[in-house]
Amino acid sequence: MSVATDVKTLVIDGINVSARADQTILEVARENNINIPTLCHLDGLSDVGACRLCLVEVKGSPKLNPSCVLKVEEGMEVTTSSDRLKHYRQTILELPFAERNHVCSVCVANGHCELQSLGQSQGLTHVRMPYRNPQLEVDASHERFVVDHNRCILCTRCVRVCGEVEGAHVWDVMGRGIDSIVITDLCDPWGESSCTRCGKCVQVCPTGALFDKSKVGSPHPKYPEFLTNLQVMREASREGL
Amino acid sequence: MSKIKVATVWLDGCSGCHMSFLDMDERLIELSSQIDLVFSPLVDFKIYPENVDLALVEGAISSVEDEHKIKMIRKRTKFLIAMGDCAVTANVPAMRNPFGPEPILERAYHENVSTGAQIPCVFVPALLEKVRPVHEFVPVDLFLPGCPPSADTFYTVLTDLLAGRTPDVASLTRFGA
Amino acid sequence: MTSEELLQIAETVQAEHANFDYEVNVCMGTGCMSQHSDKLKATLTKEATASGKHCHVRQTGCMGLCAAGPLVLVDPKNSDKDILYGGVHEADSYELIASLDAKPVERLLTRLEHYFDGQQHIVLENSGHIDPEKIDEYIARDGYQALVMALTEMDPQSVIDQISKSGLRGRGGGGYPTGLKWGTVAKAIGPQKYVICNGDEGDPGAFMDRSVLESDPQRVIEGMTIAAFAVGASKGYAYVRAEYPLAVSRLTASLREARRRGFLGNNICGTAFSFDIEIRLGAGAFVCGEETALIASIEGLRGQPRPRPPYPAMSGLWGLPTLINNVETFANIAPIIRKGADWYAGIGTEKSKGTKVFALTGKITNTGLVEIPMGMPLRQIVFGIGGGVPDGRKFKAVQTGGPSGGCIPDEHLDLPVSYEALTNVGSMMGSGGMIVMDDTSCMVNVARFFMEFCMTESCGKCIPCRAGTAQMFGILSKICDGKASHADLDLLIDLCDVVKHTSLCGLGMTAPNPVLSTLRYFKHEYLEHIDHQHCRAGVCACGTKDASQLAAAEVTA
Ligand SMILES: Cc1cc2nc3c(=O)[nH]c(=O)nc-3n(C[C@H](O)[C@H](O)[C@H](O)COP(=O)(O)O)c2cc1C
Ligand code: SF4
Ligand code: SF4
Ligand code: SF4
Ligand code: FES
Repeated sequence: MSVATDVKTLVIDGINVSARADQTILEVARENNINIPTLCHLDGLSDVGACRLCLVEVKGSPKLNPSCVLKVEEGMEVTTSSDRLKHYRQTILELPFAERNHVCSVCVANGHCELQSLGQSQGLTHVRMPYRNPQLEVDASHERFVVDHNRCILCTRCVRVCGEVEGAHVWDVMGRGIDSIVITDLCDPWGESSCTRCGKCVQVCPTGALFDKSKVGSPHPKYPEFLTNLQVMREASREGL
Repeated sequence: MSKIKVATVWLDGCSGCHMSFLDMDERLIELSSQIDLVFSPLVDFKIYPENVDLALVEGAISSVEDEHKIKMIRKRTKFLIAMGDCAVTANVPAMRNPFGPEPILERAYHENVSTGAQIPCVFVPALLEKVRPVHEFVPVDLFLPGCPPSADTFYTVLTDLLAGRTPDVASLTRFGA
Repeated sequence: MTSEELLQIAETVQAEHANFDYEVNVCMGTGCMSQHSDKLKATLTKEATASGKHCHVRQTGCMGLCAAGPLVLVDPKNSDKDILYGGVHEADSYELIASLDAKPVERLLTRLEHYFDGQQHIVLENSGHIDPEKIDEYIARDGYQALVMALTEMDPQSVIDQISKSGLRGRGGGGYPTGLKWGTVAKAIGPQKYVICNGDEGDPGAFMDRSVLESDPQRVIEGMTIAAFAVGASKGYAYVRAEYPLAVSRLTASLREARRRGFLGNNICGTAFSFDIEIRLGAGAFVCGEETALIASIEGLRGQPRPRPPYPAMSGLWGLPTLINNVETFANIAPIIRKGADWYAGIGTEKSKGTKVFALTGKITNTGLVEIPMGMPLRQIVFGIGGGVPDGRKFKAVQTGGPSGGCIPDEHLDLPVSYEALTNVGSMMGSGGMIVMDDTSCMVNVARFFMEFCMTESCGKCIPCRAGTAQMFGILSKICDGKASHADLDLLIDLCDVVKHTSLCGLGMTAPNPVLSTLRYFKHEYLEHIDHQHCRAGVCACGTKDASQLAAAEVTA
């Protein structure tokens, strides 16, 4: 069966590529082995364009655009890396390091953290701004998991996976600006919340903010790719009906 | 060729960076043909000399003494390397920052002591309100994150520098490495 | 409703007014109400009845000169010389009523000098002249003629053409051409479309939209209804911040009146067009004025912006095509339709047409609302209409555009007010706050105040704005405290660049503007703090007084 799809052609980093009209620049770039750094984006979740790491230059547009939400257009010319973008990305990564208390050497996520590895891949060797060192809580009330707000970068992956995939909407964001914080239910302890104990949020959390108690003291890799697998299975079972 | 004058300094850190430095093992001998260790906790000099070419500083700045030392060191040093996470990010020593020095001293010298509890104040430098990385006090020429940076990292960086190359630090090490 | 019926209503109102020899209008805007003009009105009414004079004491909306309140405007029928009294209190009532057929009460007269010179009232044409809660008074001053005209004599496209031709641009800050936006929404396809009126007005120092909603709510309703007709929307939302209770109650009453008169609801004016408006209260977050955050807020979600495109015109409220305009933008619609696009396009500059309402505050003699034709030099606004800087102090800068704008120094005061000109000097039109500063203001401290505002009003969604504003605030505080180095200043400048170019929404993108513009014109003040721990205005902590309080007083005065 042939499906009529609207195909667009565009140029990313000087390479001619083609794409379906509903694809984002990020999707198309990755299909063509062009790496754009991302933090809030996760395959399988809706995109919010919040971390701003995936910003790219589009010829003719005065603004930088987040490639995770920017849809392809015919004839677009996109640049995904430049000195300017590199400097912006480094600075954007410095900010969360300085925002809360990241102590990689003693963090449960050390060696398996997306913030840490992005810092490295973007060439960050130190943070220029003063560390804010806020006093934040660690909620270990849940029988299996812990949330350590010192390590949270407010990517809202946990909020989205819980609402969009698990359908429980336990997580949300409270407060605004620099005082924002992720909460469970109406700011109840996680252990007393309506959490279904599925653990999805822990798997998608890019940092050591959400972790499994049983992993403390041992390496704690995460497996966010379960999401795309789950979606494929859900899709298949829907079609099977 | 005259040898490069190198110093290593131990401020508020666990000495792990120095241990890792020593882990270069026999490569240290190779390096010693090019460098002179003029000041270090590993050798017996008591005074930080003038005109040091290169200094590797381990540890964060936690006390008035650290602050005094780092400023003096900067004045007497051409090329300053922040060695390890404590020097680069303030790391573990800075974990007291959200609480301030008083509760920490209280915990260490009162709560956990059974006899003669008292907070030392004679001959002990006062703690700064916040523990800060080296570059918040003096300019730093190169940052070497890692807890500790590996012996390979040290070796590559030092040989690069000695050969006049700029080392690509981020490809060698990272925070927490 | 037909134009004949409108005429009839107008005649009835005029006949009622003709029963009186004097009209005594008491301002019941928030400013005068806060000085008990409601009690004043009650006492004036009592005195008027007791005097036996044919005198009509009534409430009106804002008369503009808020600082001189409570204001009373006496309109004697036998002369066209209106008398504006200021600072009128209950105790003055007897004297005021007694003077109606004699000489005015000298000591209560407002000293206007040049306050009205050069002002041109389109948006404010009814403010202070009608009872905002009486729809018939609005009708008596040509109200709803434009709607009837649009519905019965025009098609949607010709309404849009008129708006495009008029050159009207959005008054919410961005200055986007209104006709173009309407055209996009009209062309967008969806089972339902929405019209939203943005009455969030969160800039510190701004109160134009509040005043329009309090003084002439029907004008906004009429504008929204014409817009709905033009773009094909059937449902409207008026988003007003809950801190504006008076505006909300007048708008509520006015919506009821408009429905009663058949300007809202099904088959408006006997045509096939149906439209109604619902009020939504905002909880007072500045970011909820940003259109996508406002839409999220109406949907009952956390008030956070989302990336655009898609723009609301294509995918707005509940994913459907949505027209969103500012209060003042809607307030301009009826006069444009009524008097024609050419008339409107004849006012203003080449690219900025019509008038703009500004809220003049700060170190200025005449605090209040002014409406001026675009193109008027800033100097005329500040020193003519505004009466200049009081207490013999020296003018330093005028701040426009609120936390997104900048400070304009004396050297640029001859600049004609327009979107482009203000942007060119590093500020922006914004929604219309205009804060005058004299030599008692420290420009670093002013920048710090606005940065603190942006930091606390940031929604926290994107990293550069959430964490970047906090870092910039930290550095600015350090400079104010006389503890910063040149490296700190360099980092501040770098952060300005990053936050401006990488933030998700306008709040973050413009948060660095107050810093950038003060650095542009007042860099020496930054350097004095850094190099000499000296604050020439004497407000910073390297001086003595509590700096944050002083800065707050400066911009909210
Ligand atoms: C942080 C932020 C706050 C805003 N606040 C307001 C506001 O209070 N009122 C308003 O009309 N527009 C505000 N805007 C602009 C709106 O997003 C939108 O552009 C405007 O309502 C469109 O109407 P206009 O075209 O009539 O100006 C704000 C924008 C930003 C980025
Ligand atoms: S969350 Fe990541 S960046 Fe933060 S301390 Fe842990 S390992 Fe380091
Ligand atoms: S807890 Fe983890 S997943 Fe949730 S917002 Fe924070 S960093 Fe992101
Ligand atoms: S720029 Fe600021 S207000 Fe706008 S989305 Fe980002 S954090 Fe929120
Ligand atoms: S991945 Fe696109 S903004 Fe975060």
